[in-house]
Amino acid sequence: MAVLHRRLLGRGVETRMLRKGKQQKIMGCTMGKSRIQPNKCDRVSISVPAIRAALLIQRWYRQYVARLEMRRRCTWNIFQSIEYAGEQDQIKLYHFFGFLMDHFTPASSERNLISHIFRENEVCHDADWERYFCYKDIEVPDSYCGPHLTFPMTFCGVSKLMEAFKLKQQQLHARYVLQILGETWRLLRILPNINHVSVCHTKEITICGTLKRLFLGSSTDVLFYCLRDLHGQLEDLLLIFYKNGLPSCEKPYIFNGDFVDRGKNSLEILLILFGFLLVYPNEVHLNRGNHEDHIVNLRYGFTKEVLGKYRVHGKKILKLLQKIFSWLPLATVINQKVLVVHGGISDSTDLDMVARIDRHRYVSVLRPPKVIRPTLNGNKAGSGRNEDASGPAEGRRRVRSLTNTSVPGQRNNIPRRSLHNLPTSGAQLNCSVEDELKKRRRLAGFDQTYREMKTLDSDSDPEFGEPTETQGHEWKQIVDLLWSDPTPQNGCFSNEVRGGGCYWGPDVTEEVLGKHNLQLLIRSHECKQDGYEFCHNRRVLTIFSASNYYEVGSNRGAYIRMGHDLVPHFIQYQASRTCRELTLRQSVGWTERSALRALRQQLFVHKSDLIGAFQEFDPNNTGVISLRHWATATERVLKLGLPWRVLRPQLINRAQHGMVDYQQWIRELSITEPKPEVSSLKTSSTRCSLCSHHYLKHEKVISNSWQVSDTSIMETMYKNHSNLETIFRIIDTDHSGLISFEEFRQTWKLLSSHLKMEISDKAVTDLAQSMDFNKDGSIDINEFMEAFRLVDLSTHA
Amino acid sequence: MAEDKESAENENILAIHRKITAAFEPFDYESKNTVDVREIGTIMYSLDCFPTQADIREFIAEVEENSSGTVHLDRFMPAMTKVLLENKFPPIPRSKIFQAFKVLDKEQKGFVEPEELTKFMMEEGEPFTQEEMDEMLTAHTNRKENVIYYDKLINKLTADAPK
Repeated sequence: MAVLHRRLLGRGVETRMLRKGKQQKIMGCTMGKSRIQPNKCDRVSISVPAIRAALLIQRWYRQYVARLEMRRRCTWNIFQSIEYAGEQDQIKLYHFFGFLMDHFTPASSERNLISHIFRENEVCHDADWERYFCYKDIEVPDSYCGPHLTFPMTFCGVSKLMEAFKLKQQQLHARYVLQILGETWRLLRILPNINHVSVCHTKEITICGTLKRLFLGSSTDVLFYCLRDLHGQLEDLLLIFYKNGLPSCEKPYIFNGDFVDRGKNSLEILLILFGFLLVYPNEVHLNRGNHEDHIVNLRYGFTKEVLGKYRVHGKKILKLLQKIFSWLPLATVINQKVLVVHGGISDSTDLDMVARIDRHRYVSVLRPPKVIRPTLNGNKAGSGRNEDASGPAEGRRRVRSLTNTSVPGQRNNIPRRSLHNLPTSGAQLNCSVEDELKKRRRLAGFDQTYREMKTLDSDSDPEFGEPTETQGHEWKQIVDLLWSDPTPQNGCFSNEVRGGGCYWGPDVTEEVLGKHNLQLLIRSHECKQDGYEFCHNRRVLTIFSASNYYEVGSNRGAYIRMGHDLVPHFIQYQASRTCRELTLRQSVGWTERSALRALRQQLFVHKSDLIGAFQEFDPNNTGVISLRHWATATERVLKLGLPWRVLRPQLINRAQHGMVDYQQWIRELSITEPKPEVSSLKTSSTRCSLCSHHYLKHEKVISNSWQVSDTSIMETMYKNHSNLETIFRIIDTDHSGLISFEEFRQTWKLLSSHLKMEISDKAVTDLAQSMDFNKDGSIDINEFMEAFRLVDLSTHA
Repeated sequence: MAEDKESAENENILAIHRKITAAFEPFDYESKNTVDVREIGTIMYSLDCFPTQADIREFIAEVEENSSGTVHLDRFMPAMTKVLLENKFPPIPRSKIFQAFKVLDKEQKGFVEPEELTKFMMEEGEPFTQEEMDEMLTAHTNRKENVIYYDKLINKLTADAPK
């Protein structure tokens, strides 16, 4: 029987089952509902009514706890589904760009907007880069009161950094940032792809997992500001250091990827980690995670964070970070027996091959290197080629993943979700790609003729000029290491849900570990309620160090201590200074509300599609449909694989005789479209009255209002909020945070092309014109996006 | 008339089947229509039933696939349908819980102390584990006075109860 994860079981049940042997058997006290168990009763002195009372209370309380557990699990599913759907979206978008790159002539303007992100290795030597990144000319003014650093980096220096970040909320000067990053880059370049570490008798090594945050919860609760903005995920790192001790010669550490994105302190975490790396290069080991990827960062906020903090030098910092990320090692092996990698493995994982790769060529792992020329004649030339989604857009789950499945898409059973089969016929594939091309060209308004067998153009990377199949294989190795997830089923399948890497089964674990003579695989990548979880017969261990990942109270974080015997010991924690101590289950209510809010937002942005789907079940236009149909239709549109039936009572207030008035329900989702005003954000520091911590309060200062004639464009904007922002940031090549009127129009063209939607030029022009473009004809991206953040009315109820 | 009654009954059973399937599904991780036997209690609770541990064990004995540790929907469905149709493990009325706490609270103070409750819950009936006990105490003990006001507790938990 597959080993089941502890978190999945009602905790009480598991321990009760284990304690079965020790349990006393009391008889006849169950209100006559079960058979009397004839066991000796050695407690005759206790009154029967008392025993009965105890049983009653226990029964009653356990039911309550089990229901809480159900809710917690549901909430979890909601967050996780939305998280993975977001990842899929991102990859889908990136696919689309790849498609554009491959299939359109160089001169097309849209392509030019985005081609720079594919220019992965500029034809520059490291020496040139060193000059570009030079910090020496950057002056530190006297007014700067943050930490001053000297190099080579010392323990004192890192301590200063930590103190500055934690206690004084100071920002490190750009000069020092570039210095640290420059040193880090130089160090990483000499490290191998796989670090080999030995742990001897006297030492123990500490292994930490994901440190980034997600925070899908969008509460504007005062308390949340407190916990979230101020402490962010830096708190977890500092908590680990506090509990476990700082890295040192006696205290080696491995950090297993995903250090950045979504919090407000991703950069600070990096600086601290890099600081320690510089001071203790033999004891501190960093593995690359899937979020150490500049394309992913565009969407998930790291880019925004850096540019927001460093207006002048942000672009340089980001570029240097890009290089650093690509130079991060891919894995660490402890005592030749324990493999530590961020995502996982696949059935083709070959560590010898991984050791030989030029890892820095894979700046972003989202896109395979251009391996072969694109052909449309039904010949799939080469294994590295990655094609865009075939056929009409069917919603997220049909998107082809980054990996090339050696197994044809026949799987029927994906853990916990019902996915459809991929089209497998080659002929089918090619017909639709051809059609796709034509459709897209038309939609995007391109007027160039398409050249069939176009050669690689000058825009693309000369390094990849002579593509090889090996590059395709190498790339797949890396993607699998950084994006894969374990699954209870045997086999290895492409990870459709995330859009990258594989799902690998226990048989693959045995095979790969056996092949390399390893005994344990430690990975991160998936959030776990208790901070860690075993699977595959305890041969795979997930370690997750970001507590409160989805929302305050959603989960604990954990780290591993491991000695010479290679037996993992876990330390759990939760970085949360809530005013009252809450058990994990008590905070269910809180996280649940947050999850439901996030879910209602998803429902809201899909309202047109939902109404359409509901109407299919309502041919006579009665305005009502059954709850069962409601569940079916909702899943059809949202494709989140959630138990809608279970969620129903919390999403639908009024259902009479098992029927729901769907129009009214949509209206009552209590989401309001924010006033379409472009405003600036005023940030001030305030004190929380509840626990007197300082936090940053953001207030919108409304300066202008504008009207939008076409409401469908609004809905598109909400639905594609993240995509829109990603595209903006890609277009904004100088990282100024501003885009011009023309770029704005081009963004919409790209987006409409990607979504295969007609968005009229007029609508876009109207929208652009009614916005407050600065005097120099540009608009601030942040402001624009902020104006389209949905506000949930029920928060204020 | 008889037909109407029958079709109403059938409708009822169909509704029950759907309910059971919906409760079962979230625990069926491999989509094979099986769940781990240790989840059965939670599934039953989620269907608004209030079995004792002994009840659960008995139920499992009936439906488990020969000590494989799993339960298949094919066996779960009829057994659970019967339970629901017969309303075998109905919710406990508020008044009864209140009475039960009163038994503990011999002096009728209106509250119980953590130590009292612990002794009771962990030694009698189907005892709580340390973990269960800790959780109950952490969640519901009045911080200032270090006691548990059981009428408040009952109100809170029943407010949350299935309708």
